[in-house]
Amino acid sequence: MSSPAVEVRVLRVRRGGTVVLPGVSLQIPVGSVTGLLGPSGSGKTTLLRAIVGVQRVESGEVRVLGEPAGTPVQRRRVAYVTQAPSVYTDLTVRENLRYFAQIMGAEASRIDAVADTVGLRAHLGARVAALSGGERSRASLAVALLGGPKLLALDEPTVGLDPVLRRDLWGMFHRLADDGATLLVSSHVMDEAERCDHLVFMREGQIIASASPDQIRRQTGKDDLEDAFIALAEEG
Amino acid sequence: MSVENTQATALRVLAQLRHDRRTLALVLVVPPALLTLLRYVFDASPGTFARIGPPLVGLFPLIVMFLITSIAMLRERTTGTLERLMSMPLAKLDLLLGYGLAFAVLATVQAAVTSTVAFSWLGLHTSGSVLAVGALAIANAVLGMALGLFLSAFASTEFQAVQFMPAVLFPQVLLSGLLAPRDDMPHALRIASDLLPVTYAYDALTRVTGGRGGAWLWLDIGVMLGAILLSLMLGAATLRRRTP
Repeated sequence: MSSPAVEVRVLRVRRGGTVVLPGVSLQIPVGSVTGLLGPSGSGKTTLLRAIVGVQRVESGEVRVLGEPAGTPVQRRRVAYVTQAPSVYTDLTVRENLRYFAQIMGAEASRIDAVADTVGLRAHLGARVAALSGGERSRASLAVALLGGPKLLALDEPTVGLDPVLRRDLWGMFHRLADDGATLLVSSHVMDEAERCDHLVFMREGQIIASASPDQIRRQTGKDDLEDAFIALAEEG
Repeated sequence: MSVENTQATALRVLAQLRHDRRTLALVLVVPPALLTLLRYVFDASPGTFARIGPPLVGLFPLIVMFLITSIAMLRERTTGTLERLMSMPLAKLDLLLGYGLAFAVLATVQAAVTSTVAFSWLGLHTSGSVLAVGALAIANAVLGMALGLFLSAFASTEFQAVQFMPAVLFPQVLLSGLLAPRDDMPHALRIASDLLPVTYAYDALTRVTGGRGGAWLWLDIGVMLGAILLSLMLGAATLRRRTP
């Protein structure tokens, strides 16, 4: 493996007085679609936030593409899509994209391109408040795509999406990875594990596995990844 | 810092206001309506209206922009758009100046409407130029915006944010000399009023509308600009790239 896209060393994070990550270490390969899987409350969001550089950390090191996370250079090449859509609901999709494109220094032509990618071309003129929950999530995703990020961190991007759309979205993730981007996708739904090149299983702030789906199957002797997760968790 | 990002932010904030027609209407209609109400409340004592009316033209923008900014900023925080912006290559100052620019534009329109009603229809008189009153109204709007931006960091809900207005601005307006001359106040209140920015905003307005300029007016303006800068810097300090 060449130098990893993300490298986390003994990361310790405390949020609101409780230790969420007691000291995790992790490497994520470049150009992969990595699934960050675990139950809600296992520390997935906190880990994503630390990698993106918006989380205050207590100790440890997080490096993204060879540089410390959260530095000014990362703001152009790392994009983060939070679970709740972070777009202006009182503006249209186009107005949102136009504003964020200016901030990211993206060409105006990117607006139509990313709207196409997330399937919102027909909704460019609609106010975000008038969109469905799934459409709002995709508008938020479109904003993240504007700058052509090298690392795209997505927190539960497929919640509430129609299965067809969910499949399309995973197809898009793999196309972005084929073009050289690294994607880190969190989910609490185990059936999404199948769609990833690399898996990171999390439970109670600890990483209980970080490997490809096949390696995890071989290691646990379980065909089903959900069974594999249970086996790894009970091994603890 | 980038002029383009400041401008884009200002245009974005203005676009949000443009979509919110009712807010826009309230911003433009409420101040002249209140002045008209005051005119008839003080029907029997026109002297009182003549005294407090002109400075109010300049104080309305301060109160309105304070409220709007603190809610707008709180919304940026709670909906995650602020966190998104802070993870992008946007300088904090560009965000703050963008807000300032957008609200200055709104305040200009508000001041124009309010002054027209006040000085043409309600018979209020200013010895200084109407333009100078308008300029002070805009400065007040920016002051209100800067204070609102800073204080919104201490509110975690809209309920809290709206109450910062009576908590932070009302005492300042009461102490500014609008209702009673500051010289007649107990010593402690007099001292307190010396330390509050709205006192200087009010003093500048009475000087201009009363036709008394001079060094004191420039002192007032200097203190207002200082208060704007200080609030903006404190506001910038509350914008964090990393949060707990």
